[in-house]
Amino acid sequence: MSALLDVKQLEVAYGGIKAIKKIDFHVDEGELVTLIGANGAGKSSTLRALSGLIKPVGGTVTYKGQDITGIPSHALVGLGIALCPEGRGVFARLNVHENLLMGAYARNDKAQILREVDEIYTMIPRLKERTAQLAGTLSGGEQQMLAIGRAMLAQPKLLMLDEPSMGLAPLMVEKIFEIINLIAKRGTTILLIEQNAQLALENAHRGYVLESGEITLAGDAKTLLADPRVKAAYLGG
Amino acid sequence: MSIDVLLQQIVNGLVVGSVYALVALGYTMVYGILQLINFAHGEVVMIGALTALVLAKWLLGAGVPPMIALLLAILIAMAVCAAVGVLVERIAYRPLRNAPRLAPLITAIGVSIFLQQIAILVFGRNYFSFPELISKTPIEIGHITINMNEIVILITSVALMAGLLWLVHNTKIGTAMRATAENQKVAGLMGIDINKIIAITFAIGSALGAIAGVMVASNYGQAHYYMGFMLGLKAFTAAVMGGIGNLWGAMVGGLILGLVENVGLIFVRGDYKDIFAFVVLVAVLIFRPQGLIGERVAERA
Ligand SMILES: Nc1ncnc2c1ncn2[C@@H]1O[C@H](COP(=O)(O)OP(=O)(O)OP(=O)(O)O)[C@@H](O)[C@H]1O
Ligand SMILES: [Mg+2]
Repeated sequence: MSALLDVKQLEVAYGGIKAIKKIDFHVDEGELVTLIGANGAGKSSTLRALSGLIKPVGGTVTYKGQDITGIPSHALVGLGIALCPEGRGVFARLNVHENLLMGAYARNDKAQILREVDEIYTMIPRLKERTAQLAGTLSGGEQQMLAIGRAMLAQPKLLMLDEPSMGLAPLMVEKIFEIINLIAKRGTTILLIEQNAQLALENAHRGYVLESGEITLAGDAKTLLADPRVKAAYLGG
Repeated sequence: MSIDVLLQQIVNGLVVGSVYALVALGYTMVYGILQLINFAHGEVVMIGALTALVLAKWLLGAGVPPMIALLLAILIAMAVCAAVGVLVERIAYRPLRNAPRLAPLITAIGVSIFLQQIAILVFGRNYFSFPELISKTPIEIGHITINMNEIVILITSVALMAGLLWLVHNTKIGTAMRATAENQKVAGLMGIDINKIIAITFAIGSALGAIAGVMVASNYGQAHYYMGFMLGLKAFTAAVMGGIGNLWGAMVGGLILGLVENVGLIFVRGDYKDIFAFVVLVAVLIFRPQGLIGERVAERA
């Protein structure tokens, strides 16, 4: 079986400086795969290249067997790829409901979209209580929930999340991961970028460790959790 | 000063102000989405006025009834201006989207001069008289005088502004415009083709400008290749006064500017009328640089 997402020899550079140095990884259908690494390891750069926000300087990205390297981000949505960007990126001056609708921008099945908005509200009741509130006035955790809900409205086959736990209190992080797990259980394939290695590996099937733009370890999430090198570098001993 | 004179000037101010408001919307929409001051917008308004004028005269000559001639002329002028606006963005501004902000600003001034020269080539340097398609016979209401042309200008402006607000706040495309104005990258991630949204923004602003151009030309009974300059400057002032980037700001700013100018006429000679716009601009920039309704720009860092 071929992978849903297959990344080969991906290279990303800013000016002359290489942020990602020929990395290979893949995500199979139905998997929850995590890419962990320290600050500046190149996690977001990888996602930016995958989602068309920047053009990679080398390598190929294959999705469902189709070469999607360098396709602009707005064209990827229709193919079933959604990115929940670093720092959430909710539209601060749009209300919660409008933010969710923007997630479904590429679609035209209005009745079904509204049904799915209701499903999101059922899954995340906190958003329902705040439909008319401007997204900029939501708490950080609520914004993250909104960003995930919004991405789901694109009906993605592949959902990519960039550090959903960033800057959130433990209780909120737990809630966010409950939502992520629920989405994974319902069959959406997930590529999760995290600095919180413990949490990411506990929830994922497989993981990759990114260090200074290179993948240094890969494997089954449980195995990585037990790996002494991972323990030493990312799990506080 | 009698109260009648004041009321009369308020009515005149509202008529002129609503035209300023329509033009100001073009500036503010583009600024909201690109943080670019499209100095060529005044010229787009001029092209709208001249296109409509030539067409209307030709249609009248061909025996078309005045109202139909006017409507056709306006519709075609709107299409022409929308095309000009979209082309200007595509050719002159898009390549500079990531350039330092001074570059597109200077380009905008260049485009403005370019469009004026094109207008000279196509229409010539003459002053054209705009045919009286809607009656300008004075109507007395109490001690105030207004004519049907002015009434139509007022009603049309209000309708267009209401329509624009509705579009921006209640439709998918309008929500996408606001999303794009806020964060182009994330808008792209939603599947929004931001180039398309930006083109639509230019098209709408330019089409509104075309209508405003026809209003000015019909109100003063004339049009010429240079009319976009002062009108554009004043509408820009109105947009800044209201808070550039903010639709309500452009409307309120336009109306206030029209009122200030016309009420001011009670106190000074007509030749000094244009001074008011710029006194107001300087005062706003000193005391409330974010405009009357605008948000502080730092917020959109
Ligand atoms: N726009 C940019 N211009 C120049 N260098 C950049 C840019 N974005 C990222 N970099 C550099 O690329 C490297 C990888 O950055 P990236 O944002 O991908 O890291 P990250 O793993 O997501 O880190 P974090 O966990 O802090 O989000 C860093 O050294 C960073 O300084
Ligand atoms: Mg990052």
